[in-house]
Amino acid sequence: MIVGAIVVDTERCKGCELCTQACPFGIISMSEDVNSKGYHYAYLADPYACTGCENCALVCPDTVITVYRMKVEEPSKAKN
Amino acid sequence: MAKVKHHNIPLDQIIKPENIVFKRTKLFTDNVLSYCPGCGHGVAHRLILEVLEEMGIADKTIGIAPVGCSVLAYEFMDIDMQEAAHGRAPALATGIKRTNPDKFVFAYQGDGDLAAIGTAETIHTANRGENITVIFINNGIYGMTGGQMAPTTIYGMKTSTTPYGRDPKQMGHPLKITEIVAQLPGTCYVTRQAVHTPALVRKAKKAIRKAFEYQKQNKGLSFVEIVSNCNSGWKMTPVQAVKWLEENMLPYYPLGDLKDIGLD
Repeated sequence: MIVGAIVVDTERCKGCELCTQACPFGIISMSEDVNSKGYHYAYLADPYACTGCENCALVCPDTVITVYRMKVEEPSKAKN
Repeated sequence: MAKVKHHNIPLDQIIKPENIVFKRTKLFTDNVLSYCPGCGHGVAHRLILEVLEEMGIADKTIGIAPVGCSVLAYEFMDIDMQEAAHGRAPALATGIKRTNPDKFVFAYQGDGDLAAIGTAETIHTANRGENITVIFINNGIYGMTGGQMAPTTIYGMKTSTTPYGRDPKQMGHPLKITEIVAQLPGTCYVTRQAVHTPALVRKAKKAIRKAFEYQKQNKGLSFVEIVSNCNSGWKMTPVQAVKWLEENMLPYYPLGDLKDIGLD
């Protein structure tokens, strides 16, 4: 099973929301808070569902998203 | 929407340097891009820099910045760059390439720069078959000066100088300069791409890579158009602008290769 995570550089994020549209699971949301420039920044709303597919990072115009991905053994297979 | 599947792996186990699969390329400077939120210029910059990094040619590449929103491109790309007068990027690129034939030279231009004031330079540089790469960002509007009509503005599109939409009887027709360039014998690779979805970003990167591969083999001028959005000029949110681009720009500017003479 592939698991992933994203880290958003919140100070550089301009809140364009393109990543929220690109995410195949729709798990990226915009924060209630604003950064020092007044933009609502993107954050991973459901962090335990990310697969690290990179889609959000690919469309991000300001390259504020770093993507992490690793392979772990399926819990069901590990038991067998 | 794909089905969400949860896991219970602690995030600090995933967020480790060895698990990085995507990060900001080192060829970007630390400056924050001066573009509006959601602007396609940022992705286009990144794709060029990633290609240069992957090909290992960043230290022997000279870029030409245009006039327009991307006038400050040299502030963001950590490579050698030169600023050209409005529309004259291909002419400057010609001079640089002819005096430094071992360098990779690319001109980065918007539609107001390349398809309006610089039409003559664009066509003649392509026709001379100069060994350079031209990256053309087409958002159908003059973005920096306040969203006026450009030659590439599509039929019916509202801009600050065409508030009732572009009427071809009065304002003429949208200029498909990429199609014109593709007809010229001096060009080796002419393609039209877009960068608003992940799949298209991947394709556009491959196209830019190919354009530089052509330059490596001295095949002639390689030309990559990127159909992009200008949400500020179009008076839309970035998400609306991307949808509008897909529904209105792409039917007039269809994506794909217009010319590809083949690499060795």
